[in-house]
Amino acid sequence: MNSTKITGAQAVLEALVAEEVNTIFGYPGGAIMPIYDALYDYADSVNHILVRHEQGAIHAAQGYARVSGKTGVVFATSGPGATNLITGLADALIDSTPVVCITGQVASHLLGTDAFQETDVIGISMPVTKWNCQVTKASEIPAAVAKAFYIAQSGRPGPVLIDITKDAQFEMMAFQYEKCTQIRSYQPKPELPIPAIEAASIVLNQAKKPLMLIGQGIMLSNAENELLQFAEKSGIPVASTLLGLGAFPNNHPLYVGFLGMHGDYAPNIKTNECDVLLAVGMRFDDRVTGDVSRYAKQASVIHIDIDASELNKIIKADVAVHADAKQALEKLTALVTKKEHLAWLQEFAAAKAMELYTLANTKKIMPSDELKMDEVVALLSELTQGEAVIVTDVGQHQMMAARYYQYNQTKSNVTSGGLGTMGFALPAAIGAKLGAPDKQVIAIIGDGGFQMTLQELGTILQSKMAVKIVILNNKFLGMVRQWQQLFFEKRYSFTEMVSPDFVALAKSYSIEAQKVEERTALKASLEQMLNHEGAYLLEVAVAKEENVFPMVPTGASVSEIRLV
Amino acid sequence: METTFTVSVFTENSIGILNRITIIFTRRHLNIDSITASESEVKGVFRYTIVLRTHREQIDKVVGQIEKLIDVVKVFVHEDQDVVHQEIALYKIKSGRLTNGDVEKVIRENHARILTVDPQFMVIEKTGHVAETQQLFEKLKPHGILEFARSGRVAITKPMKELSTYLKELEQ
Repeated sequence: MNSTKITGAQAVLEALVAEEVNTIFGYPGGAIMPIYDALYDYADSVNHILVRHEQGAIHAAQGYARVSGKTGVVFATSGPGATNLITGLADALIDSTPVVCITGQVASHLLGTDAFQETDVIGISMPVTKWNCQVTKASEIPAAVAKAFYIAQSGRPGPVLIDITKDAQFEMMAFQYEKCTQIRSYQPKPELPIPAIEAASIVLNQAKKPLMLIGQGIMLSNAENELLQFAEKSGIPVASTLLGLGAFPNNHPLYVGFLGMHGDYAPNIKTNECDVLLAVGMRFDDRVTGDVSRYAKQASVIHIDIDASELNKIIKADVAVHADAKQALEKLTALVTKKEHLAWLQEFAAAKAMELYTLANTKKIMPSDELKMDEVVALLSELTQGEAVIVTDVGQHQMMAARYYQYNQTKSNVTSGGLGTMGFALPAAIGAKLGAPDKQVIAIIGDGGFQMTLQELGTILQSKMAVKIVILNNKFLGMVRQWQQLFFEKRYSFTEMVSPDFVALAKSYSIEAQKVEERTALKASLEQMLNHEGAYLLEVAVAKEENVFPMVPTGASVSEIRLV
Repeated sequence: METTFTVSVFTENSIGILNRITIIFTRRHLNIDSITASESEVKGVFRYTIVLRTHREQIDKVVGQIEKLIDVVKVFVHEDQDVVHQEIALYKIKSGRLTNGDVEKVIRENHARILTVDPQFMVIEKTGHVAETQQLFEKLKPHGILEFARSGRVAITKPMKELSTYLKELEQ
């Protein structure tokens, strides 16, 4: 290969093969045609999934990356093809997901001339990528691809974009590939700061009421085992952010729940009662902290993160540890004394019992009542033993899925956290199925979000993806409606939704489907869906005006969490 | 309290890096007072000097975000007492004005110098802090300033580690 010349387009494919890419999500178009032409010869080694919209491609790549830990790859053409990626790039950036997007661009002599389907993709994507670059010469392609993969997956992962002009795709070049392992101005893996870790261990060893908050950083650094060992030795209760769900088994005795606005009562309340707060691989999102001026003021805060800019960004850390979670937890485990915080854990159990009691009383279900979102999720969790990959969209159903599914497996929760992108789940589930083909992949989606990207049913049809889709249909944009009810005097401004016949829609795509409305039929319907070989859509008609509680209203402190 | 900060950003020579830096300020609704850029003492490494007024807490976060950019080598932030800074200002006034003794006096007193004299106009140069170049501007104003330009701040920081030493550390 060294001496023979190939086209820039072939070089893209060769570089991807060198990076062990076997799955690409994409959509062809004028400016990326040479790459698609080269792809034609790689059918044996690369599985290209033809999506129905470029946003679907990038969300699928995100779903793929989140469950597999590998980098998702996307092809799109110039102009509208590339601009359709923007939402997914922003989503992947804020949720630290490694994605490499390759976009076609008009020929270099046409740059800046308003040529057909020309847009300034580099400029538009700059704020929503970890890195991007434009390539105008075939010879620059291998190094650009190598750099892209290195940047996407190292340090705090994120999306990158390479924009390749059409003439560069046609140009002949001598291919040689070398993986990128170092960039002078980029230090993704900090050296383990031993003094900071020692300081953290001293604080932890003196703690009477410590609480650990974990985020997706645990999974991104593959620190699940180190976390388990640390927790079991130190006896510190573990609470999780939305994206951290699954990093620590939810059925573990030290697991005390889900944090934040619609999180569990105990970990929210205890945040303002603990004496040491240890945060690992999380970034104190405002949905986690509520009012920061009244957040964990009584506690010594230890914050471990690989992204230095996250330290002291929202919450001032008494001990800031700029480190990889895996290395930090390993070292910390060696330094902490073995302890059990039984009385402290008992306080969590009592708070949990209180939550369960209050919720059970306010939500008492009569057999004749309409189905509720939480019972659907809880039953699904039971039937799958918390072993499925759950992909959710954004809104009430997302919070219900976070609250009532018992995530016992790592990388089994795929959702749009930071950006809150409606329409994420359906395409992300397609990618997740490719990333974890042996697992049951279930997308739980609201009636609103489903209709934002339902065109991807076509991808499921064409690529025969065995994705299970549960639509929790409350005929409303439920979360916005809940806020209208609570904070806007029930003025339901444009939140009521009229939807098509989802079952007929699915069937038109040859996807097996049914609708369930009765409690007595729920279990059998879910089982039927789970046992079905291929893709399946189950529409569940749920109560129209159900609310998600507990809730920390905007501007409130975590200790003001409302149970009703 | 708002303070004037001088942010020194050292970057690789890559297309679009200026844009990457400025959008970080834009996103936080921060206005840049001045920005200068040129190659540093290390070949291929560029130095941006950005001056703005904001709060310490805000600038520390901004610096964190700039440092996160892949092509940024290092960022330093300093308050005025920690930098030696200058800017250059050019003033174009009508040549005829030189025969007026006042202009000569103004140039002398302000330690400014005449760069060029053309039959129609002359260009006066003054380097100093903004207050000084502004002072000369005010004094020349009555004589009619045809054109005025200032460079924005360039700064050398007092406590900074030598860039080349830092780069060597990075490459190890």
